[in-house]
Amino acid sequence: MSETRSETLVEFDDVLTRYEPVIGLETHVELGTESKMFCGCATTFGAEPNTQTCPVCLGLPGSLPVANAAAVESTIRIGLALGCRIASWSRFARKNYFYPDIPKGFQTSQYDEPLCTAGHLDVEVDGETYRVEIERVHLEEDTGKNLHVGGATGRIHGADHSLVDFNRAGIPLVEIVTRPVAGAGAKAPEVARAYVTELREIIQALGASDVRMEQGSLRCDVNTSLAPIGSLEWGTRTETKNVNSLRSVERSVRYEMRRQAAVLDAGGRVVQETRHFHEDTGSTSSGRSKEEATDYRYFPEPDLVPLAPDAEWIEKLAAGLPELPAARRRRLQEEWGLSATELTWLVNAGALGLVEQTVAAGATPADARKWWLGELARRANDAGVELADLAVTPAQVAELTALVAEGTINDKLARQALDGVLAGEGDPRAVVEARGLAVMGESDELVAAVEAAIAGAPDVVEKVRGGKVQALGALVGAVMKTTRGQADAATVRRMLEERVR
Amino acid sequence: MSTESTPDRGATPALGRQDIAHLARLARLAVTDEELDRFAGQLGAVLDAVAQVQRADAGDVAPTTHAVPLTNVLRPDVATPSLPRDVVLAGAPAAEDDRFRVPRILGEEE
Amino acid sequence: MSDLTALTAVELQAALSAGETSAVEVTRAHLDRIAAEDGALGAYLFVDDDAALARAAEIDASGAAGTGLAGIPVALKDVFVTEGVPTTSGSRILEGWRPPYSATVATRLQEAGTVLLGKTNMDEFAMGSSTENSAYRPTRNPWDHDRIPGGSSGGSSAAVAGRLAPLALGTDTGGSIRQPAAVTGLVGHKPTYGSVSRYGLIAFSSSLDQAGPMARTVMDAALLHEAIGGHDPRDSTSIDAPVPTVVEAARRGATGDLAGLRVGVVRELGGEGAREGYEQGVLDRFAEAVALLEAAGAEVREVTCPSFGLALPAYYLIAPSEASSNLARFEGMRFGIRVGDDGSRDVDEVMALTREQGFGPEVKRRIILGTYALSAGYYDAYYGQAQKVRTLITRDFTAAFDGGVDVLVSPTSPTVAWSIGARVDDPLAMYAADLCTLPASLAGVPAISVPCGLSDGLPVGLQVMAPALADDRCYRVAAAVEAAQGAPLTDRLAERAA
Ligand SMILES: [Mg+2]
Ligand SMILES: [Zn+2]
Repeated sequence: MSETRSETLVEFDDVLTRYEPVIGLETHVELGTESKMFCGCATTFGAEPNTQTCPVCLGLPGSLPVANAAAVESTIRIGLALGCRIASWSRFARKNYFYPDIPKGFQTSQYDEPLCTAGHLDVEVDGETYRVEIERVHLEEDTGKNLHVGGATGRIHGADHSLVDFNRAGIPLVEIVTRPVAGAGAKAPEVARAYVTELREIIQALGASDVRMEQGSLRCDVNTSLAPIGSLEWGTRTETKNVNSLRSVERSVRYEMRRQAAVLDAGGRVVQETRHFHEDTGSTSSGRSKEEATDYRYFPEPDLVPLAPDAEWIEKLAAGLPELPAARRRRLQEEWGLSATELTWLVNAGALGLVEQTVAAGATPADARKWWLGELARRANDAGVELADLAVTPAQVAELTALVAEGTINDKLARQALDGVLAGEGDPRAVVEARGLAVMGESDELVAAVEAAIAGAPDVVEKVRGGKVQALGALVGAVMKTTRGQADAATVRRMLEERVR
Repeated sequence: MSTESTPDRGATPALGRQDIAHLARLARLAVTDEELDRFAGQLGAVLDAVAQVQRADAGDVAPTTHAVPLTNVLRPDVATPSLPRDVVLAGAPAAEDDRFRVPRILGEEE
Repeated sequence: MSDLTALTAVELQAALSAGETSAVEVTRAHLDRIAAEDGALGAYLFVDDDAALARAAEIDASGAAGTGLAGIPVALKDVFVTEGVPTTSGSRILEGWRPPYSATVATRLQEAGTVLLGKTNMDEFAMGSSTENSAYRPTRNPWDHDRIPGGSSGGSSAAVAGRLAPLALGTDTGGSIRQPAAVTGLVGHKPTYGSVSRYGLIAFSSSLDQAGPMARTVMDAALLHEAIGGHDPRDSTSIDAPVPTVVEAARRGATGDLAGLRVGVVRELGGEGAREGYEQGVLDRFAEAVALLEAAGAEVREVTCPSFGLALPAYYLIAPSEASSNLARFEGMRFGIRVGDDGSRDVDEVMALTREQGFGPEVKRRIILGTYALSAGYYDAYYGQAQKVRTLITRDFTAAFDGGVDVLVSPTSPTVAWSIGARVDDPLAMYAADLCTLPASLAGVPAISVPCGLSDGLPVGLQVMAPALADDRCYRVAAAVEAAQGAPLTDRLAERAA
């Protein structure tokens, strides 16, 4: 239920004078497996509705689940990356409840016997490290997707009826639950964001999921509560759903802190409830509070047998883990000789991997950084896309830097060459050739331009000859102008010097 | 799997009409008043009978959830053909726009 | 040939391979008998004459008839989903539903070349012991039309006993193959849990359900068992082991020699001090059967299984609990009927109305009971405790089998078939019919029911239980009992009718 009336909010800094925030995050990650969790249906995103369904994921009578080995392994790998203990005995359980997008009348999940427990993830905010304890990592299945028809656009409330697509039902879902995080104070919203950011990178590094928040393959529920400073008891928490971007994670915590503080200040009690986050306003609103607590009647899933990963299996998976993001950052910082701040810039720009690949393709770290954080970052910003989504590959960027280094083009021409690459005209070298962008050698044309410049500005020539060497710049500029920037400035300068002296 | 406290052994709470109504709601069963009365009587007797399991001295006995001692039964991650959509929707009580049509949902927004 | 419906599957096999008859003739003979008798019996919920005859013609044309089960008609309990063929599980809620896929056992029978005669009646969702809980109509016992054919596989038992099919598949959760087999004079076997695929079997209680054969002779049951058994990767609880050699065991048992076999008579199932609820006629036939085993060379002794007495309460917690969850998918959204969707009701109301009108009273009772047993605060005392009792029962079996007996025996059912209507309003009396069959269900071990005579003109069954995956022992002992009696018990039914 979206509330139109605006809620009373306390200024953020003010909140912290009286209350200590405690946050907790439940993150659902759709695994990037070929097939669903318990059946062989494909998992392609954006497929036509109900084309990736079968008796199992539609919950047809008589159908039975068989667990996907890759999903189990991905869950264990995520657990290992988070320093979890991997259970030697783990079971699926049925979480019983009715909802039209739940095909079986229960969600196959894990309850008191999850695959991974007791891990942690260290995140850094403004140079300070916060340890987020991981309570559990378990494996479950996604639900179908409802489309609400009639009433306000696509909203459940006021809708006439709904339409269900079960393509998503049964896609393996890993749920990562943190323990409550206290003590972050004013940094709580940023810690929440940093945690999700880091988690996302880890899962990406593992290749376990494409973790695209906008496509819902990573979804966050953010719990927030406030306790009066000095109080030994934690406050009542709210659970904010629908938090679909990193920025929203931070904003939702901030909003809930401000809202709950206002409630408490007014002598009220925070209601334990689900709240919904609204991207447009950055606010949360109350979900329908339940008349009675849902009783999920969990019990061990009799149609699936226990998972009992032995030490050998776990060791094999541990040995196959890639370098994790934190270690990689430390290594690259050292290899490239970066300061902590420089590294942070790279990371925040989402350019670390791109720079690394560009260096791997032959560019110097300095050149690669210059391009990705400069020209390319500006273009991504102008186009409103992620850096990684620009139509240029790290190898092409490396080629550009090579062309400049060898003197074939200068920086200005390189930017024109980039235009061509982004326009799909091919690799930089091909664009340079096709567009005729190469700098001029000591061609007749260039000699003529140099001589014309000298002839056209006798006063300047005099000044140079008189010892004012910097006046030569005006002549260089003139030549560059005549050649429309296609000449190499250093060459022009040398040619001018030879002739003026 | 519940971790909450359990009722006293041997003390079988009788199932009243209200309990039946609550359970029926949880199970999405619209029961009539007449059914409530009948079920309360019948289930009371059944509950007395099944409560005898509490007489077993089974304190540290491990529960059996599976009659066969299998573990790690897994399927390789290979996509196999799904059902054709017309077949999928042919059995649906109502369909619209290639999807299952369901009555309006009063639950929480997702 | 005179009456093809009087022949066993083995005899039909011989006649087909000798070219004395055809699959079409055999099928037509059974369809004719169904047309003549089933109005009174109510064994079938669905029969498609044209499809059956077309299928039979296809088998004849292929030249396969007579090899294995090819060309032999079978009936399937309506709990197995069959692609394009109506499947209801005896419930109104699935009325009109044609599944888009087939159960593994149905596919295996198809591949074996059998001819599907139709789908047989059953207690709704297999909940019952009398087939009176079918949403469509009750089935009657061919031995006495005023009596129940047992349940929940009562349609299958009536069809085979009444010669409306030579073979049928049933399912057994707490005795639903064995008890109807016993009260209609058939052989019925509940295989080791996990040895026959459950894929496509509409679940009642997942940890107990098991499909198995029902036939008029032990050898027929063994043939059907071998056709459906074996590992299925679609069922996670399926055991990856060879099918027990039950046909060979049936052949061996038919020699009548059980020398060296050690038989345990379970004291708690109709033995001294545990006879309440057992009819004298049943106890007499059981005693005679035990004597017969001794005469065949078996060593018989009494064995005590102290926890068997708690099988009934444990079962009536575990099965309803699992059922309450298994039946949650029947809410009228993706398949089956939907009630009350007139635009005025929300989805919860439509689900509740659909279930209210789609389910019968016994199903509702068990859903409510199971919902209760699983709910927070009661789980440990009910479902959890029942599963501990299950462990104790399994230990009793292990102790008996490790302690020197090869099989355990008991009556299959404490009574013969009762009169239709006698127990419908008394759930506890109905549940008592499963007293003897429940321990094997809870422990997952195989158990067979083989006819051991009549009491007041009604069939009595002997139950033989064996360790997991030793299904062959059940068949061997059953075949010896059958051999000692000279002829299948159902022959007497045919004589009586003649
Ligand atoms: Mg979850
Ligand atoms: Zn599927």
